[in-house]
Formats: sequence, structure tokens, C-alpha cells
Amino acid sequence: MIRFEPREPASLPRLILIPVAAALIALLLAALPISAAGVNVLEAYGLMGKGAFGSLFSFTEMLTRATPLILTGLAAALAFRAKLWNIGAEGQLYAGALAAVAVGTGWIDAPGVILLPLVVFAGALAGGAVMLGPTLLKTRLGVDEVVTTLLLNFVILLFVQMMLEGPMQDPMGMGWPQSEPILDQAILPKLMDRMRIHGGLIIALAAALAIHILLKRTVWGFEIRAVGENASAAAHAGLPVRATFIRVGLLSGALAGLAGVGEVAGLKGYLTADLSPGFGYSGIVVAMLAGLNPIGVVVAALFIASIFVGADSMSRATGVSNYLADLIVAMALISVLVSGLFLRFRIKFIRPHAAAASTQAASQETK
Amino acid sequence: MPSAPTVLQLDQITKRFGSFTANDAVSLSLKKGEILALLGENGAGKTTLMNILFGHYVADEGTVSVADRSSGALTELPPGQPHAALEAGVGMVHQHFTLAENLSALDNILLGTEPLFSARSARAKGRARLVDLMQRSGLTVDLDARISTLSVGEKQRVEILKALYRDARVLVLDEPTAVLTPQESDTLFETLKTLAAEGLAIIFISHKLDEVIASSDRIAVLRLGKLVADQPTAGSTKLQLAELMVGQTVTLSSRPEQAAGRVLLTLQGASAGDGRAAIHDIDLALNSGEILGIAGVSGNGQATLARLLSGLEPLRKGSLTLEERDLGRTLHGQSARTMIEAGFARIPEDRHKDGIVGAMSIAENLAIETIRAPQNQRFGFLKFGAIAERARAAIKAYDIRCQGERAAARLLSGGNIQKIVLARTLEANPKVVLAAQPSRGLDVGATADVHRRLLDARARGAGVILISEDLDELMRLSDRIAVIHRGRLGPAEATETLDRSTLGLRMAGHDHAADAGEAA
Repeated sequence: MIRFEPREPASLPRLILIPVAAALIALLLAALPISAAGVNVLEAYGLMGKGAFGSLFSFTEMLTRATPLILTGLAAALAFRAKLWNIGAEGQLYAGALAAVAVGTGWIDAPGVILLPLVVFAGALAGGAVMLGPTLLKTRLGVDEVVTTLLLNFVILLFVQMMLEGPMQDPMGMGWPQSEPILDQAILPKLMDRMRIHGGLIIALAAALAIHILLKRTVWGFEIRAVGENASAAAHAGLPVRATFIRVGLLSGALAGLAGVGEVAGLKGYLTADLSPGFGYSGIVVAMLAGLNPIGVVVAALFIASIFVGADSMSRATGVSNYLADLIVAMALISVLVSGLFLRFRIKFIRPHAAAASTQAASQETK
Repeated sequence: MPSAPTVLQLDQITKRFGSFTANDAVSLSLKKGEILALLGENGAGKTTLMNILFGHYVADEGTVSVADRSSGALTELPPGQPHAALEAGVGMVHQHFTLAENLSALDNILLGTEPLFSARSARAKGRARLVDLMQRSGLTVDLDARISTLSVGEKQRVEILKALYRDARVLVLDEPTAVLTPQESDTLFETLKTLAAEGLAIIFISHKLDEVIASSDRIAVLRLGKLVADQPTAGSTKLQLAELMVGQTVTLSSRPEQAAGRVLLTLQGASAGDGRAAIHDIDLALNSGEILGIAGVSGNGQATLARLLSGLEPLRKGSLTLEERDLGRTLHGQSARTMIEAGFARIPEDRHKDGIVGAMSIAENLAIETIRAPQNQRFGFLKFGAIAERARAAIKAYDIRCQGERAAARLLSGGNIQKIVLARTLEANPKVVLAAQPSRGLDVGATADVHRRLLDARARGAGVILISEDLDELMRLSDRIAVIHRGRLGPAEATETLDRSTLGLRMAGHDHAADAGEAA
């Protein structure tokens, strides 16, 4: 019989150790389907490592892939810290991308110094605006934001498709559902010659640092943490609970919107309806792996990105489907969620005859 | 009753949870027809001991023996089997009742005793036996009434009947009077005495010294898991018992004479909340330098009154005025800040849920009400040094036992959590102190500390509203006491002119309506 005993708050080494162990467990579990596909596991992982870190090109590709994941990861981490369950980063990302394209494709003609900040700002604003609705519904009417944010993803994606096949379609695009390209002066600068890595990474890293400082050192961060940990006590202590939710909602949506800006203005140059392979949803995994820590988000995003990029490369070399990447990421998430249990509880194995009594004891203690 | 046979024997019971020893070699015995009071502070190990007796926990060492039904010889109970304890005749009435609300009293009592087949005839027989039991014990309830329609006192009677129906020979009651009015408590103890006279052995857990002295034959005192006294009730005094519980000399704070000052806070025709917890047409005037007690049985609107004064409930009707400032209009249900800034110190009823953010540090919890004040932030950035420094001062001044200001607040004991709340609310020199059940669940030492702080605030000229279900506490601290019943507040009268039975009657809803001049 197994019994769970609550433990003291987790120490810092354990907080770091557990996600790392979770990642390793995920890789171990993924070894099963790899070997089932008839490929040498070590070879496959070697290829994956090479695909993500083997050359300057693969390394910058990995960083390019991590850029939107850092931002959507931050969007989820910040919102989750306040227990505002924003599952809508995917939709907010598209809203940000749509706004960036709307502003950056010639509607306003201005030099880059003005236009680029405008594009970035418009994207952030659009992401935040999308999140504002669900947040207001939650604070005013108590509508569950998990449902509203999740469903808005589909609404926004369909809206984007409508725009791309209608008013915003590129007349030079030969009928493809894609937007006009963003003006050259509004493109985020490349960080390296002949590589795809772009200025969005700088934005993402700066955002991580800013959110870290916000949460740790500011009054707003204090209020976010208090509301997230115990909204009832926060209200009793006179903290602005509703305003905090709205702030967090706007910021979280804006971060996801920035991820969309980076993808269109940094990477693709124009908007299509398949811009994101689920960056919004992967951001949730990133945030959970990071334990909702903004600096941890950067590390977790790098991990997830290297899995994706590495798996693509391995798949080309061995023929194992690159869905393996999704499998590993999913297993990492499950491992991390299970490990959360180990963080909070000590597991004890006890003799069967004392079992009934002890489970009772344990359930009483956890109260 | 020295000649009566022993029916229950706990021998050298030791129970550890990790490094914490909840029971340390406790031995107790109980004779037929005896009422034993088990006294101790919170965390002294009373409930753990009873859970071991009942088989919910397994003791690390020691044995529980119950007299055999036929031979009377003490037989050891197998550990960890509540079923065996039930069978041997141990009945337990928990503090939180274990009744199915949607079933009748009869169903609840018979539940689990009926054979799987031919339940029908068993029901009729069961009813007949219960009627007989009720007549003998004086415990009467409407057997066909749904549990949800019964009062707390009636539910407790159902619980006791349930135990008696299973031929309990040892009855354990965990804090049976915590939810009862004084009159209901008196009735309960009369019943218990009747049952004891019939041969039932009874253990009741309590930390109320008055009822322990009034209603038991013998008193066992637990402190930090050890049995520190096992003595006849005759000859025991309150002070002696209190010192045994705490392990040190106790000074019960008393209220020094002090003239009340000007009127600070008035409520006129105040209504708030809805449903059963609502308050209606409350008139109240609080003077500076006085403690106004609000007595009442739990769930009669105290919580809504407290939430109103905390700024968490809008005023539906009437007015709320602090020193001629009309505050009632500005309240909208999220107005805690308004109340804090107006000079209210609010001590919430549920200190874990409303008092602290458990995951945050002690320093952060001490600063939370004033986090936007200039002493705690500049340009929106927290002043860590100043916050920590003030926290260290508060920890010292209020004797908060902790590992330092950075420790998470949830690691503290209830008493120390209450000290955090006291420190942050009282340091601001409030005009009005709202203390909702401030000593609930606290041990004697922590309670004395809370009382001293409230009296200090009174001495400084603050007006204190003390909402409590503990009449002793109210009568010792309050200058005036008003009773709340079904959301209506009676007139506040000087404590000297009131006695326990008057208050008890008003708490039960009698005589209250006449005083208030309206039909209930």
C-alpha cells in the first residue's frame, strides 16, 4: 500500500532536479516507440542531438524555434501564476500576427524606426485585446476562462482564414490564402547572416527578464502572486483582485501576441493560416516544465525546441516519424505533472495490514 | 465508583507522525458508568488518541483493550480496524457529524446495521428498539424527519442514538458543545449523566474548563502528547486545570474599568447578504474605548456582519457611518481597501483562508495590507529592506515563533498565524477593530495573547467589535453584549446586567423578539 505524506516546501535543488528528471524519463519512455520502429535508440537520440546542436545552423534553427515558445510560455506562466487559466495563447498569437500584418504591409508608410515599433506594439495590443474579453467575463460574471480562451482559439483561427481568403489576401499571391508581405523596413532584423534567427529572440529574452522582475520586485507582481496563491485573502487585505486579473490577462495576451509578431515579422514575412504548429499549446507545456518561473521558461523552451528541431532532423535521417517529438513533449509534460506530486508529497510504502488506518491518517494530515 | 468494572483500557499508547510525537506512552482506563473529560490544548493529542481508540489510526506502541461483552474480561482490540471497535461497543460522535443529510433520522441510524435481505422487518424492529432507547435515555428526535431539517442539537442526538443503537458501551464525543447553545449543552450533559447512570462509559473531549468541571467524574489532561494529570473532578479548579494544560502559570486577562468614549461607528437599519446568512435591519453603535460583544450560535449572520465591516459585502439597505463619515454608500463588495484606509482593523474568522497567503513569506503577509503605501514601495518597486526590517520588528513585538521573516506563512501554527494578522492590523493604530472568532482553535496561551491585544486596543481608545461563540470570552472581555439571531441583532446591554442563561435564551431566539419590539 502506498501512502502520501505532505512534505516541507521543496528545496531549490529539488525544484531544478525534478524537471530535469522528468525530461530524462520522457526520453526513456520515448525509447520504446523508437526501438519499435526498428531504429537504434542511441543512434536516434544522437541524431536528434546533432539536429539541434550539431552545427551553427542547427543551433540557430533551434533558437529560432524556441523564440515563439519562450513568449507563449511566458504568457501561460504569468497567467497561471495568478490562477488565470489562459489556454488561448494560440489564438492570441494569431491575433498578434494578424495585427502585425495589418499594420506592416503598407497600410501605414513610415520609416522603420517608427513602423517596426508600431508593428510590434500592434501585435501585443491585439493579443492583449483578445484576452481582455475572457478576463472581463471571468471577473464580472464568473465565466470560466478555460472554456472561453480555448474556444476563442478556433474563432480567431477561422477569422484569420477568412481575412486571408478575403480582404487581406495577397493579390500577387496567385490565389494562395496568404497576406501581403510585410514591408522591408518593418521586418525584425536578422541576428546572423544567412541564418533565420531574428530579433524576436531578443524580444523574448527581454520579456522573460521583465516578467521575472515584475513578479519578484514590483507591487504588481506582489499582487499577482497574492491573488494567485489565495484570492480570498488578497481581497480581504484590500488588494485590487479584479484589476490584477485584468492586468495579467492583458499582459499574458500581449506576450502571446508578440510571439505572433516574431513569426510574421521576423521569420516568415507574411501571414498564412498555418503560421503556428501549436506554439500556443506548447507554451503551456513550457510553462509547466518551468514551474511557472519566467527564467525557467527560457530553459524549458530551449528544451522543447531542441526536441522538435532534433526530431525533424532525426526523422529525415532514420524514417521515424517526427510525431515522435510530440510524443516526447507530451511525456515530458506528464512526467512533470507527476513529479509535482513528488514535490509536494513524500511517498511511503507500508505493510498492507496497516493500510486502511494509514490512508485515513494521511487524508487527515493533508487537510 | 471504585467497585465498577473497567470497560476500557488504553495501555502505553505512543503515536508518532514523522518526528512529531502525538501521543507519548498514554495510559487511561475507564470504568462502567463513568464520565471522563479529556482536556488539552489544540495539538495536545486528544483527537489522535481517540482515533487510535476507534481504530482510525494504528498506534506505534501500546494496546487498546475493551471488556468482552459476555465475560467482562479485557480483550485487546486488533489495531487499525474501526469495525472491531464498533463491534466491541465503542461508539464515537465526531465534531463534524457523519450523517446523510437527505435521509431520515431512522435511515441514518439503521444505515449499515440492516441485513442485506428482508430489510423491511428489521426496520420495524429497529424502530421499536429506538423508541424504547429514546424513552430510557431521554434523547428524543423525530425519527422520520430528514436530517437536513434538524437543528444542530438534534443532529447530535441522532449521532448519539446511532452509537447507542449499536450497543455502545463506551461513548466518545469529540468537542460536543462546540456548536451548541448553553441550554443545548446543559441538556446534552444531563442526557450524558442519565446514560452514565445506566452504565454507559463516556469520554468527552473539551477545552472548555467550565463544562469539564461541571459535568465529569474524572479529568485527564494531555499536554504535548503526554498525560500530565488523571484526577477526580472533585477538587479540581479552573486555574489548576488551565495550568496543567499549558504547563505554565496562566493569567486570565480581565477587563480594567474604563469609561467609554464618543460614538465611533454606527449601523442603522443595515441589511446585507442574502439567504440564510443575511443580516437584517441591524442597529448598532460602537463607542471608542469599548469592546462590544456579539454573541450568537454559529450561522446566524455573524459571518455576513463581519464581511460587511471588512468591506467584502455591499450594504443593501441602511447606513454605515464612521465618525460622521458615510461609508455605507461607498461599499461595493470589494472595498476592503476603503475600510482599511478608514481605520478598520479586521481579524477574519477563517485566518487560513482570509488572513494569510500561505505560500508567501511572513514579511509579505505582514506588509500585504499596506503594500502600496510609500513605506513599502517606490515607483511600484518593492522596498525589500524596509519590508524585512519592519517584519523583524513585528516578529519580535508580537512574539511570532518562526524561522525568520522569509519563512512561508503556512508553516506557522494557528496561534502564530493569528499573531501575523494582529501585528499587521493593530500596528496601524486602528479606530475600529473587528475581531471575528479571534480565539477559535487557538490554545490557551495564544488565546490569552489575542485577548491582551484586544484589551490594549481598547485602552488606546479603539472601539472593538468582538464576534464570538464563546460566552466566557465574551463575558470576560466585552463592555456590552448584543445577541444575533437569524440575522437580527438585539440591543447591546452592559455585560454586568447579563448572565449566561439570558444570553443563551436569546441565542436560541427566545425573548429576543420581545426585546427588539417586533414579532419574529
